[in-house]
Amino acid sequence: MGTASHAGTGQETYERTVFGFWVYLMTDCILFATLFATYVVLQNNLNGGPSGKELFHLPFALSETLILLVSSFTSGLAVMAAQNLKKVPTLTWLGATFLLGLAFIILEVTEFTHLVQEGNSWQRSAFLSSFFTLVGTHGAHITSGLLWILVMLFQIAFRGINIASLRRVACLGLFWHFLDVIWIFIFTIVYLMGAL
Amino acid sequence: MKHKIYTEHLGTFKSYIIGFILSLLLTFSAYFLVTEKWLHSQTTALILAALALTQALIQLVFFLHLGQERTPYWNLQTFLFMLGVLFIIVLGTLWIMHNLDYQMM
Repeated sequence: MGTASHAGTGQETYERTVFGFWVYLMTDCILFATLFATYVVLQNNLNGGPSGKELFHLPFALSETLILLVSSFTSGLAVMAAQNLKKVPTLTWLGATFLLGLAFIILEVTEFTHLVQEGNSWQRSAFLSSFFTLVGTHGAHITSGLLWILVMLFQIAFRGINIASLRRVACLGLFWHFLDVIWIFIFTIVYLMGAL
Repeated sequence: MKHKIYTEHLGTFKSYIIGFILSLLLTFSAYFLVTEKWLHSQTTALILAALALTQALIQLVFFLHLGQERTPYWNLQTFLFMLGVLFIIVLGTLWIMHNLDYQMM
């Protein structure tokens, strides 16, 4: 555990780690940019298959969006509670974020399963390949975020809030907010613009 | 924890509430713009892009606390550099692929 012997070390480790994580998020953003560019280029290559307009159900996408937005908000509250060293509120908000994230990923898996069962898998057309790659990559990030939340829940429940867990929760908060920012663009470019 | 860590960029409850409400408003206006078909589809697409960019900016400021750090703003600098790379990748891809599409006609 990173229990610092003097004030400077913990502070420095905190700042370096959070900045390093921020740099990772920036590179992840470039990854998503390439996937968005691929999607926009390929979205009209249907190969005789269905278009986004025929496949996507907007109220469904809206509920995914709202769930993720609320979870982004609760993750922020969790970080603030951790900063104030309040264990129970931190666990509560992290737990809420976990459940909302889980609901989101269940909705997404439902949508994917439905598409594949109807014969509209990633093999159907270039449009669907790029769709599954883009939205699936976001879903994979959410899934790893869920694992991370679970680990933090156990760490804080058993060891309480300390310098190390605060640092990790702060990074987790950044990660989760970042994923919601990416989702704004998936919702807009894939679902809303696809329905025009 | 024996001493408090100076966490400058974790925000306040107020900033989270503001960001959350603005994001909700922008999400719903984008949604109803599409479902109610108030405008021509090309105009709608432009407004949708504007709404998404606004919401992203709001979340960057109120949730990710962009620009609310001490000098020399390392987070903001890496963000702006990323934005430059992002534009080169996205606009470059679209430009090249549209040109290719045109040449193949």
